[in-house]
Amino acid sequence: MLAKRIIPCLDVTAGRVVKGTNFVGLRDAGDPIEIARRYNEQGADEVTFLDITASSDQRDIILHIVEACAEQVFIPLTVGGGVRKVEDVRRLLNAGADKVSMNTAAVQNPDLVFDASSKVGSQCIVVAIDAKQVAPGKWHVFTHGGRNDTGLDAIEWAKKVEALGAGEILLTSMDRDGTKNGFDLPLTRGVSDAVGIPVIASGGVGNLQHLADGVSEGRADAVLAASIFHFGEYTVRQAKEYMAARGIEVRL
Amino acid sequence: MTIAVIDYGMGNLRSVSKALEHVADSEAVVVTADPAVVAAAERVVFPGQGAMPDCMRELDARNLREAVLAAAKNKPFLGICVGEQMLFERSEEGDVAGLGVFPGVVRRFPEAQMVDASGARLKVPHMGWNEVRQAPHALWSGIADGSRFYFVHSYCVQTITPGLTTGTTVYGLPFTCAVGRDNIFAVQFHPEKSARDGLQLLKNFVEWRP
Repeated sequence: MLAKRIIPCLDVTAGRVVKGTNFVGLRDAGDPIEIARRYNEQGADEVTFLDITASSDQRDIILHIVEACAEQVFIPLTVGGGVRKVEDVRRLLNAGADKVSMNTAAVQNPDLVFDASSKVGSQCIVVAIDAKQVAPGKWHVFTHGGRNDTGLDAIEWAKKVEALGAGEILLTSMDRDGTKNGFDLPLTRGVSDAVGIPVIASGGVGNLQHLADGVSEGRADAVLAASIFHFGEYTVRQAKEYMAARGIEVRL
Repeated sequence: MTIAVIDYGMGNLRSVSKALEHVADSEAVVVTADPAVVAAAERVVFPGQGAMPDCMRELDARNLREAVLAAAKNKPFLGICVGEQMLFERSEEGDVAGLGVFPGVVRRFPEAQMVDASGARLKVPHMGWNEVRQAPHALWSGIADGSRFYFVHSYCVQTITPGLTTGTTVYGLPFTCAVGRDNIFAVQFHPEKSARDGLQLLKNFVEWRP
C-alpha cells in the first residue's frame, strides 16, 4: 500500500534556517543541508524548503542550497517561495529540486500553473494554498501571510489548479498555523475530497495525534510540520511509529 | 569505466548523477547527450521525466535513439521512470510509440479502479513510497522484499509478464514497476530519491555483471 508521507518543512532565509532548531548533536543548527540530512536519517519521506528571503538580490542563495542538498540527501525535495515565472521553476529543478511550490504568483496569474506544468510536468508542480475560514464551512484563499483576502473559495481554487495541471496541493490553514491546536480538519477533508491529486495538510501541528488526525479525519495524503520536529519534541521516526500503531500505512 | 547518464533535455539529471556518484567512482559518471560517449560507455543510465511524447521527440531531436537501442543490446542498462516506459512498445500518453525493446503498453491508471480496500479514492499521480514485491534478480541484492521506493507517475505498465517483470507494486491494481532481461533493468520508481534502498539498487547496478 502507498504510505502516507511525513514532510518536515524548513523556512530558509538568505541561506539559513529560521524559526530556530535545537537538534542535539548538530554542529550548526541553522544549516539547511545539515538539518535535511538529519531528517533523512530519521526517515522523513520528503523535505520541503520554503525560501522566505525578502530581498531579491539574495534569491539565488537558495539555488546553491538546493544543489548542495541534492548531492547529499536522496529523498524528494520540494522548494517554494518567490516563484514568479516558469524560468524560476526551471532553475530550481535544474539545481536539484524535485517539486516546486507556487502560491501568490499562481493566484495572480493562474496561467503560470498551466504553463509550468505543461513545460516541466504536473508531477513537479505544487500549488500552495493558504486558507482562512470566513464563515462556517467556508474558506477563502489568502496571500501575503494571511493578510490579503483574495475572495477565492479555497475548495473551488483547489479544483481549478488541479484542472490547470497542478500535481499536488500544499494546504495551510492560516487560522491554525503556529497555534499547535491541530490541522483544520474540515478544510483539509473538504479540499482532499474535492480533488483527485494528493493533498498535503499543513498548519497547526502540536503533537503526534494531530498528524494522525490529518490523515484519518482530514484524509490528507501527506502531513507537513515544522516546529514539532525542529525543537526535538519528536523525531520523524516517533511520528511514524505513532501513526503505524493507529493503523496508518507509513514507511518505517 | 564510464557510466553514461543520457541527457536528452527532459528535466533534471542532477539527482540521478549525484546518487550514482555517491555509490560509484564519481569520476566515472558522465551526463551526456553525445551518442559517441554513450557508445563508448561501459554502463548506461536512461532516465526520463515529464510526458512520454515529449521524451520521445527530444530523444530523436538529439539523434540518441540508435545509441540507446545499441546500448540496450549489449551493456548494463538501467531505465528510470519514463526511461522505463519508453522501453515498451507504446504509451497511451499522447498515443506515442516507444522504443519497443519490451513488449507491452503503458497505460494511465484506470479511473474506475482507483479505490483502496476501504473504498477511499486513490489519487493520481501515484506519488510517494510504495512497496515493491520482487522477483529474483541481482539488482535486488541487499534489499528486503517488500521495501518501499519513491514513485511519481500517472501511467504504468499494467501487464505482468513472468520472466520479464522483476518487481510489482499495487496501486488500485497490480502493475509492473521493474523489468529485467539480460543486460537491461528498468524501474518505474526513482532509486535516486529512494534513500538507502534506492542507493543500494544503484550500487548493485554499478557492480552488476549480467
